[in-house]
Amino acid sequence: MNGTDIILSVDQLTVRFDASPPLLKRLVTGAKRRTVHAVEAVDFQVERGSTFALVGESGCGKSTIARTIAGIQAPTKGAVSFMGVNVAGFRTRHAALPYRRNLQMIFQDPYASLNPRWRIGRIIAEPILTHRLMTRGAALDARIAELLATVGLSPKDAQKYPHQFSGGQRQRISIARALAANPAFVVCDEPTSALDVSVQAQILNLMKQLQRELGLTFLLISHNLAVVAHMADRLGVMYLGRLVEQGDAEQILARPLHPYTRALLDTVPDPHAPHRPRARLSGEVPSPLAPPSGCAFHPRCPLADARCAAERPEPIRVDAVSVACHAVAEGRIDAAQPDRPKDQQSLEQSGDAA
Amino acid sequence: MNALLQVENLRVEIAARKRRLVAIDDVSFEIAAGEVLGVVGESGAGKSVTGTAVLGLLEAPAVQAGGRILFDGRRIDTLSEEGMRALRGKEIAAVFQDPLTSLDPLMTIGDQLTETMLTHLPMTRAEGEARAGELLAEVGIPAPRERLQAYPHELSGGMRQRVVLALAFCCAPRLIIADEPTTALDVSIQAQILDLLRRMCRERGTAVMLVTHDMGVIAEVADRVAVMYAGRVAEIGPTRQLIAHAAHPYTRGLMASIPSMRRREKELTQIPGAMPRPDAPVAGCAFHPRCPQAFARCAAERPPAFPVGAARVACWLADPAFEGVPA
Repeated sequence: MNGTDIILSVDQLTVRFDASPPLLKRLVTGAKRRTVHAVEAVDFQVERGSTFALVGESGCGKSTIARTIAGIQAPTKGAVSFMGVNVAGFRTRHAALPYRRNLQMIFQDPYASLNPRWRIGRIIAEPILTHRLMTRGAALDARIAELLATVGLSPKDAQKYPHQFSGGQRQRISIARALAANPAFVVCDEPTSALDVSVQAQILNLMKQLQRELGLTFLLISHNLAVVAHMADRLGVMYLGRLVEQGDAEQILARPLHPYTRALLDTVPDPHAPHRPRARLSGEVPSPLAPPSGCAFHPRCPLADARCAAERPEPIRVDAVSVACHAVAEGRIDAAQPDRPKDQQSLEQSGDAA
Repeated sequence: MNALLQVENLRVEIAARKRRLVAIDDVSFEIAAGEVLGVVGESGAGKSVTGTAVLGLLEAPAVQAGGRILFDGRRIDTLSEEGMRALRGKEIAAVFQDPLTSLDPLMTIGDQLTETMLTHLPMTRAEGEARAGELLAEVGIPAPRERLQAYPHELSGGMRQRVVLALAFCCAPRLIIADEPTTALDVSIQAQILDLLRRMCRERGTAVMLVTHDMGVIAEVADRVAVMYAGRVAEIGPTRQLIAHAAHPYTRGLMASIPSMRRREKELTQIPGAMPRPDAPVAGCAFHPRCPQAFARCAAERPPAFPVGAARVACWLADPAFEGVPA
């Protein structure tokens, strides 16, 4: 990505949470300190005007990354730099304002993220007034009407309350609020997970159209691989706090390298391709309180050997993708072959023997 | 067809403040022994209410206002609460979305399984406990004997749903109503649970009514599928036919609006608007305000279910007498 316009750079980001029992209990019972390893040494960059998607199962750390980028969560180690400024480094609220204006969020639940006592007009005006972009008056009303029209609602809707709208319409209001301060970057945390598919299609189309028209950059957090496949230019696959594979979305979806990515892609039921041969992931995601040694995926990986259990794989580059896997590095997976190796297919029988 | 479950012209109404809203409007379908019928639709389409009605668990203000439900040729919607309770859990079992709410948090898993079997089957407590261990092994729970002593909160979400499946299967039911059984689970666990459900049903010849919003799950598991819209069945037929050649414009729109991982479109097909709510019913075909192919008759008259191949389609376009839209 040399020479391109990087709007967001995440460098060795680590977020840990202290989940220890209280001090007194530790002293009395001799219980140990416990740490949740939510995000470990994550590196990625997002190019201006593109969509970067983080995908993974619950508890993999994708939302923690989103919260850290939005400045809601402080990193334990590493840095997040947004438009060249370190996000964690602001001394005062005032110093953070330009960054906050440029970075907005859309949340999953359109029922919880809109104040039920506020009219839509006030909800959308809030970021404009907070950042002192305009003062109350006819010009602000015109801007609210324009924003409502942009997301496919009527200017008259400014007078209504959130409960008068359906889930899809509420998510349109969330988008209008996110766009109100003219941000460069929007973090979308599961923006369509609470919506029905026909409404999901409306929202995804709207997001793509706005990106084209306004040159927005999206960080999309999703567990839905089909949504990610539709939206993302670049893709990061997370497992237990680490990025196991990242790079060009089309390449990863067509030719996944990491055994976890392959299994994840295989597991998703797709009505457009039913009854295809699918590998199964056995077992469950281990606890982030005690992540496995070596490669965190090794207890579930069909290709794991002694080295995988002992030594954590460093990311290596394969074409437009970076992947952290010993089996790929050693050529135990044929990186050029889209077909799955034989031993992975045999997982299908052992799928239930967790 | 030798139907295990027959639902005929089911109508469910909800008593609102001034009037009665229609939640389920003239819904008919059958499930054969050993068959998996998928019931798919968006939220509010009435798929869960249909499942609840079959289980005899409708609660005020929802009431069955018409139609018949037959199980094994016998009417069950007129059974007493007592009679229905004997049937439920024994002949008809249920699996719900959230395993934490279907398990008793204060009872060990072993006790829950044993109690359920002792209620319905002639066996001693010792036999029940032994059988409970076997069931846990069958649903793929590691160290099943020790797990009998565990409480639901000690298990992960996937393991809990396995326990719920063990509970559903413990009295060898002939029909399972599974309402969004994998929606609360991660995709890798979802696949494990669906495989398990499918395998256990196939081995025992158990029929399933699988209620879900996920067309992908339907495509993988169901033999036939009923697409519900605004309390009615829009289309019902074999899964393969319905996915490859959907006849109802709603089904076609629904399929096209699902993003695929295999082909990347510039834009998803979207169905404009939203489903009508029960408090604002639509005359004629409930889908006509959103339908790209609607014509005058659609707004005036409700279409009956016309046969199309092995499917039944409630759409005027499927009428054999249909001769193009009048100019």
